[in-house]
Amino acid sequence: MKIGVVTFPGSLDDVDARRAAAVAGAEAVALWHGDADLHGVDAVVLPGGFSYGDYLRAGAISRFAPVMETIIKKAGEGLPVLGICNGFQVLCESHLLPGALIKNHHRKFICKDQALRIENNRTAWTSDYDANHEITIVLKNQDGSFVADEPTLDRLEGEGLVVARYLDDNPNGSYRDIAGISNERGNVVGLMPHPEHCVETLTGPSTDGLGFFTSVLKAVVAS
Amino acid sequence: MARVVVDVMLKPEILDPQGKAVHGAFGRLGFDGVADVRQGKRFEITLDGEATEEQVAEIRKAADTLLANPVIEDYTLHVEADQ
Repeated sequence: MKIGVVTFPGSLDDVDARRAAAVAGAEAVALWHGDADLHGVDAVVLPGGFSYGDYLRAGAISRFAPVMETIIKKAGEGLPVLGICNGFQVLCESHLLPGALIKNHHRKFICKDQALRIENNRTAWTSDYDANHEITIVLKNQDGSFVADEPTLDRLEGEGLVVARYLDDNPNGSYRDIAGISNERGNVVGLMPHPEHCVETLTGPSTDGLGFFTSVLKAVVAS
Repeated sequence: MARVVVDVMLKPEILDPQGKAVHGAFGRLGFDGVADVRQGKRFEITLDGEATEEQVAEIRKAADTLLANPVIEDYTLHVEADQ
């Protein structure tokens, strides 16, 4: 079982994402933005960071990287893809997920431990969580405010596509406290907080993030 | 050489934190009577040759796919008169 992690110019969390994949029991494979070959991986993580310096819009230029052409095509065929933070921005810019991410409403960078509720545990990346499981993982972002028009927000809620919601105070102005969403099929998930930083107690506030990576191992085996 | 200008603005219903920051600075600097500030982006695209219909259509395609995100932004495009 191989989990590929893409490195774009300006990615920051690719190494932690590979480590999390390995801790979960997968073989972590480094993928390069300029290489359209996915090297036989069974799932892909788009990591956090500031790919292409967030120039134009966060994720706007990465979305056209050669590796993304393959990922967009394979995601349509059911390949599990998790976009974390900047990766979530890339997925929205790719139109694999609806909506967009804009600057935090308070205009400051955030770095904190954040409580979330997993509201959809039927995706490829969240099946190891109980329904409405509350977890605490790291949140660190600048452009973390999830926005979409009202009909899209209503559809996301109505179809159960909100994967995670912020608990307590809304940290970045995201509409309806949305921290993560999925596509209809449940193979593509975007999440603003960082599960990959929360797989070992030595360096994270919890090991609550590990479930994303163990979930996808089961999803791949089951398919 | 012709120049095509693309102006991109966040849609009115999308919050603009940068514009809000600028508006706040207006107040601190004593520029009164300003109700709101919205910040956008302007792209000046210089063509190799004339702004033919085909060439402008290409730039429009670039605006749709790259320069603006239609989920959150609107844009206008115009060809600038020769310098």
